[in-house]
Amino acid sequence: MLNSTLSELSAALAAKKVSSVELTRLFLDRIKGLNGRLNAFITVDEEHSVAQARVADQRRFRDQAGPLTGIPIAHKDIFCTRGLRTTCGSRMLAGYTSPYDAHVIERFAAAGAVQLGKTNMDEFAMGSSNETSHFGPVRNPWDTTRVPGGSSGGSATAVAARMAPAATGTDTGGSIRQPAALTGICGLKPTYGLVSRYGMIAFASSLDQGGPLAKSAADLALLMNAMAGFDARDSTSVERPAEDYARELNMNLTGLRIGLPKEFFAEGVDPEVLARVREAIRWFESQGAKTVEITLPNTGLALPVYYVIAPAEASSNLSRFDGVRYGHRAKDYTDLNSMYRRTRAEGFGAEVKRRILIGTYVLSHGYYDAYYLKAQKVRRLIARDFADAYARCDLILGPTSPSTAFPLGAKSDDPVQMYLNDIFTIPAPLAGLPGLSIPCGFDSKGLPVGLQIMGNYFAEAKMLGAAHRYQQATDWHLRVPRETAL
Amino acid sequence: MAWEIVVGIETHTQLLTRSKMFSGAPNAFGAAPNMQASAVDIALPGTLPVANRAAIEHAIRFGLAVKGKISPRSVFARKNYFYPDLPKGYQISQYEIPIVQGGTVHFFSDKAEKSIRLTRAHLEEDAGKSLHENFKDMTGIDLNRAGTPLLEIVTEPELRGAKEAVAYARALHALVVWIGICDGNMQEGSFRCDANVSVRKTGDEKLGTRCEIKNLNSFRFMEQAIEYEARRQIEILEDGGSIQQQTRLYDPDRDETRSMRSKEDAQDYRYFPDPDLLPLVISEKDIDRIQSEMPELPSSRFKRYTDQLLLATSTASVLTSDKGLSDYFDRATESASTEIIRQTANWIAVSTNAKLNERGISIQQIPVPALQLRQLVERIVDGTISGKIAKEVDDAMWSGEGTPDAIIEKRGLKQISDSGAIEEIVDEVLAANGKQVEDYRAGKEKAFNSLVGQVMKRTQGKANPAQVNEVLRRKLAR
Repeated sequence: MLNSTLSELSAALAAKKVSSVELTRLFLDRIKGLNGRLNAFITVDEEHSVAQARVADQRRFRDQAGPLTGIPIAHKDIFCTRGLRTTCGSRMLAGYTSPYDAHVIERFAAAGAVQLGKTNMDEFAMGSSNETSHFGPVRNPWDTTRVPGGSSGGSATAVAARMAPAATGTDTGGSIRQPAALTGICGLKPTYGLVSRYGMIAFASSLDQGGPLAKSAADLALLMNAMAGFDARDSTSVERPAEDYARELNMNLTGLRIGLPKEFFAEGVDPEVLARVREAIRWFESQGAKTVEITLPNTGLALPVYYVIAPAEASSNLSRFDGVRYGHRAKDYTDLNSMYRRTRAEGFGAEVKRRILIGTYVLSHGYYDAYYLKAQKVRRLIARDFADAYARCDLILGPTSPSTAFPLGAKSDDPVQMYLNDIFTIPAPLAGLPGLSIPCGFDSKGLPVGLQIMGNYFAEAKMLGAAHRYQQATDWHLRVPRETAL
Repeated sequence: MAWEIVVGIETHTQLLTRSKMFSGAPNAFGAAPNMQASAVDIALPGTLPVANRAAIEHAIRFGLAVKGKISPRSVFARKNYFYPDLPKGYQISQYEIPIVQGGTVHFFSDKAEKSIRLTRAHLEEDAGKSLHENFKDMTGIDLNRAGTPLLEIVTEPELRGAKEAVAYARALHALVVWIGICDGNMQEGSFRCDANVSVRKTGDEKLGTRCEIKNLNSFRFMEQAIEYEARRQIEILEDGGSIQQQTRLYDPDRDETRSMRSKEDAQDYRYFPDPDLLPLVISEKDIDRIQSEMPELPSSRFKRYTDQLLLATSTASVLTSDKGLSDYFDRATESASTEIIRQTANWIAVSTNAKLNERGISIQQIPVPALQLRQLVERIVDGTISGKIAKEVDDAMWSGEGTPDAIIEKRGLKQISDSGAIEEIVDEVLAANGKQVEDYRAGKEKAFNSLVGQVMKRTQGKANPAQVNEVLRRKLAR
């Protein structure tokens, strides 16, 4: 049961082989057993989850169940939930409970899914290793001395260690895809605007996008059917007809044009990672897909552009955490300014402060044009690179991350080394484009390698289709870490 | 040495909408603190702004009224600063591309027609309020006002002196109320002005260093503040000093401006386009629709009143200071004769307007229907009552005693125009006032007035004054 896909669980629930309460308890027990070691969850409330499971069982009893009814799902602690506190991995919100549910949470509630708990994450989603969380680092179940990636590291680890059948995450510069790659699971960052940001605590508004993490591409499609959809409360939400993200799962790969950006297969990428990715590409070729060498010439600029735009937006987005209305407020202060200073000095961790400072700097009078405005211009060039590329291919394949999971602490003192880990996941969100990561093998240390599949705007169904066909022929996605064997 | 005072005005106009600029919370004044602040207004984590269509249409209405350029694409920007009554830590405003660019406001100052060019008008949200009273060693925060839609209207620095600045502000106030985008309530803060004041030697091209005066919540304070500030600057310059660019606060109790902060403390607001909101795109079609729904503007009515109805500019200017007043006049004078139009206009501009001000009510609350006022004027013109009696009838109408005809009938106020009756009364008066008759004949004109008074007294003011004059002169001439 713990290793079943969502459709298998759905079928078991439908056949009344298992109840939602039983299924939920199964995963809650698994969390109880493993969370001490892995620290994937910040908040678990068994009563809350079981109560929701009971409601789901009643719904099934009344024959009002959908495919996700009764299935427990873990949520990144960036999504506001009325029933469970929402910390965003920060001391600033350590005791905060939202009075409203995020759009994504509402969608899953409407589908009858059960909230399994809130997963650990880098503080305010700023990080690539899940080491910046106020609640301590998450450990990679494939090797607990290593990081799971970030910022959705808790969600990725929860799915990888089979503590949850699926989880939600958010991706700003790779925060779904990179941890999915480092923990050997699947994660999708949808086209910007498909999943409402309402109730998703903002890091960098023009880049943030919610998405699913799961064991298989088919599961991602099922989750997307619930998560995606227009929401008038998010002005950047895209209004388009509902679609079935599973509609191309059985697509024909013959003639599929796969673009291979030469910048993604260059020096600096772990040769073992490249080897696994090339093997996956060869499988696609064996199925009739054609590879095309393409170029995304501004790839090298994506990282610096990202580290201007994301901190700029973050510096403004995080201004609301001032201790006035909610969240942490310093105990001792003498006047308004000292309240602000101490509250924010105590409430935010080092990486968040670093990005607020960078962002404040690049938006300052006299620097705005040189940094922010220039970065926005390069951002348009990056989008144009992709537009040119998608004129020549249907999907773009490459590594998700230049390396497999690295040891805890290995990069914590060198932010640039840490940032470089996102070099292949950053370009797509800068252009608002979708990308997903699926496992495609292991390195010699037994650590999973991620294959990134990118597509044009709203090409999620096709991307998921290609991923699913690959997963019909491989079993990387079904492997369970030895340390957390079932 | 002659100095020229240069003023530019920035006005924060609260827009009349059901909900706030970026949230669905009600946009109304006077609720208990924080009862009209939604999750978006409090800036709870995860909340996002959605622009209010009605506020955008109001801004377009204003742009059309001042013949400004409506930007086909304008951008909401974040103005970042920390303050406890600014929940997000930034105000959503418009910076580089405002919704309205340019435009002109026409107004009267010193009986001369003037106009002032507008720089821009942009949409933004209001902040909440910090309450320092009633909280010992603490500050209370009321976020009811946070997110109220504002249109900030900025003039070029081309107003000359306090009187002209106030005349502009009054005209702008009348205009935004006229087109229905603002309730104009200055006590509640619906219409708030800041004045940028500088002085220069007459003839100088270059503008002097300016100071911005905040907190001008009445036209009277505005005039006083600008006058004080200009005097202060002139004194400094005449003493050989120089002006520091400052933001100053007007204190009406002491009639002075005080420095709040100088340019050196000016904050860097780090404006950048708000990534939560898409650029505001306005189509020609939308503009055309809103244009077709626009009411006749005060400037066009003013022209109609002076050019077609031949009203005096001062009368036309009073009538067009308030759309309700002007509508009332139009209703009262629909297809009326020139004389009735002229007299009705004067009556409304003087008598009606004074009564409204006295009672502190708006024209919408007037107890006298427009057609009844017309009947009253008709009775003056057709000689049924005199202008003086008309005032009495008007008072009775305001007290709800009924139509002019009913009041005239009930109170027996009909003018005596029967020449036989008047001659009879005149004869009686002449017979009883031998001394005055003699005085008059000896050349004392005053005595004539006394005789007229006697006749009016005997008729309780109902005798037709022209007729009384004529009969008296004729009989005295003998």
